[in-house]
Amino acid sequence: MSKILVIAEHLGGKLNPSTARAVSAAAAVKPEAIDVLVLADAPDAIAAEAAKIDGVSRVLTVTRAENAHPLAAVLAPQIAKAATGYSHVFAPSTTFGKDVAPRVAALLGVAQVSDVMSVEAAHTFKRPIYAGNAIITVEADANHTVVATIRTASWPAAASGANSAPIEALTIDAALPTHTRFIELKQGSSDRPDLQSASKVVSGGRGVGSKENFDIIYKFADKIGAAVGASRAAVDAGYVPNEMQVGQTGKIIAPELYMAIGISGAIQHLTGIKDAGTIVAINKDGEAPIFEIADFGLVGDLFKLIPELEQALG
Amino acid sequence: MKILVGYKRVVDYNVRIQVKPDGSGVVTDGVKLSANPFDDIALEEALRLREKGVAEEVIVVGIGPADLTSHLRNGLAMGANRAIHVLTSEAVQPLTAARIFLKLIEKEQPGLVILGKQAIDDDANQTGQMLAALWDRPQATFAGKVEIADGKATVTREVDAGLEVIEAELPAVITTDLRLNEPRFIKLPDIMKAKSKPIDSIEFSSLGVDTHDHLKTTHYAAPAKRSKGVMVKDAAELVAALKQKGLL
Ligand SMILES: Cc1cc2nc3c(=O)[nH]c(=O)nc-3n(C[C@H](O)[C@H](O)[C@H](O)COP(=O)(O)OP(=O)(O)OC[C@H]3O[C@@H](n4cnc5c(N)ncnc54)[C@H](O)[C@@H]3O)c2cc1C
Ligand SMILES: Nc1ncnc2c1ncn2[C@@H]1O[C@H](COP(=O)(O)O)[C@@H](O)[C@H]1O
Repeated sequence: MSKILVIAEHLGGKLNPSTARAVSAAAAVKPEAIDVLVLADAPDAIAAEAAKIDGVSRVLTVTRAENAHPLAAVLAPQIAKAATGYSHVFAPSTTFGKDVAPRVAALLGVAQVSDVMSVEAAHTFKRPIYAGNAIITVEADANHTVVATIRTASWPAAASGANSAPIEALTIDAALPTHTRFIELKQGSSDRPDLQSASKVVSGGRGVGSKENFDIIYKFADKIGAAVGASRAAVDAGYVPNEMQVGQTGKIIAPELYMAIGISGAIQHLTGIKDAGTIVAINKDGEAPIFEIADFGLVGDLFKLIPELEQALG
Repeated sequence: MKILVGYKRVVDYNVRIQVKPDGSGVVTDGVKLSANPFDDIALEEALRLREKGVAEEVIVVGIGPADLTSHLRNGLAMGANRAIHVLTSEAVQPLTAARIFLKLIEKEQPGLVILGKQAIDDDANQTGQMLAALWDRPQATFAGKVEIADGKATVTREVDAGLEVIEAELPAVITTDLRLNEPRFIKLPDIMKAKSKPIDSIEFSSLGVDTHDHLKTTHYAAPAKRSKGVMVKDAAELVAALKQKGLL
């Protein structure tokens, strides 16, 4: 039988919703237990949140000052030790999980399955390659621990509230390196919904034209309660910060509504939005590839159409 | 200081990937191959560090079949001092690639290893992290900015929450993100010069690398297609359609 250890992602004392998505993937393995591991300097509030997630058997906490910031070199040896006795170690396929999970896999001497989209069997998974242009079925060796990252857009967050899993403190005897140090996190402060979990996302591309012009995207997004994203071209041009990039090398998202405004629809961008419920494209070029996959397309100048949309909303 | 750079050859990012009808792989015959875009960025960063006097030698590393030579020549033409070609006809998975890099590190003793954050064929995003673990050295993944001074790298990392700055003692592994730099173009005279630069060939089997614990790919499939939707004529029609679906 399988026993799965899910690595909790958290920031500022709060559990990241990606953790509950990884729990969903763990549940799909039909294991006998799903334990969530919280490594932090002050894990209590985070652990309490994790304990409420449906399907979680136990929450394990490791309290160490060194765990105040998620440095892979510091976390990986602890996770590798904690993994003893587990058949699977899952982490969300966010920058956090992508950074730490391969380091854990290497310490355990096993391959890693990146970006799990579906669980076919306990050791068989589907994952995307070539920017999502091919989906492969991979089989991991059943005699070893499976380390995997979970493609969050493929999995709903496991429901939360009904469960109250026990929380246990874990002492891990691992020498931690001091060669890597956290300096700072420069975080864009925003009251807008979080891009990775929002149900609506409005994204702007190079067509928006400038940082100043991007206000029109923010304003419209606020009006419909959406998070704001962007294409790589918009980020590269400095219109918006990097954390807003959607796509192969940015965030992979699955909102119910995705509106691409002034975005041409390059493969690398589309990879990030394939799982969106409804895709709307607004582009002045009727031939733009984005229209090939959009559920609703509207051809025209965004600077004229957005005010009209706002008006039509009332 | 020496810098080792991962320089993988992949299907060019502009190619439309086709899955073979029998599910045995993707079509690669006659398809344009190029340097992994993240590896061009890795090489560019290494060259800039050499130009700043931080490093003396930049070595590009390619793991792959015999015809990889022309690809490595491109890396040399871009400015690398020499190349190491680890010869194997099998595609190597990240853990094996990391184990190979570790062997090369033991021999070359670099102060820095720069790899791409991911290869755009397998999209694994693992090799750098695995190498750092096996080498027991720092990793700074998804680098958007790198500064080297006083035996350490200060790296700004592109993370989901924004930009994270960390400090890593050298030697260390850095993996590149897209905005780290813009790779230079290769100039014709440099292609000529590259012809006389050395490429060391090493048989993969001679490295004694453990190739256990691999994933088996049993099937390739095309992704589910989204079908083309409808074109609406104006803003009012769009809003009405979205309201009807309960999205607004
Ligand atoms: C390795 C690699 C990884 C990449 N990863 C990503 C990624 O993660 N995410 C990503 O987005 N890209 C990524 N890219 C880049 C991608 O290939 C495209 O270059 C990028 O997505 C283009 O952005 P864009 O659509 O905003 O710009 P463009 O392609 O320039 O399109 C701009 C669009 O705006 C329209 N437009 C202009 N003015 C107006 C107006 N007034 N009103 C309405 N429409 C207007 C134009 O008709 C055009 O279609 C990657 C590329 C590589 C090589
Ligand atoms: N066969 C290879 N040859 C050279 N470099 C490689 C190879 N495989 C992986 N790498 C390096 O590791 C990085 C990440 O690859 P991956 O973990 O496969 O996504 C690449 O960008 C390269 O820098």
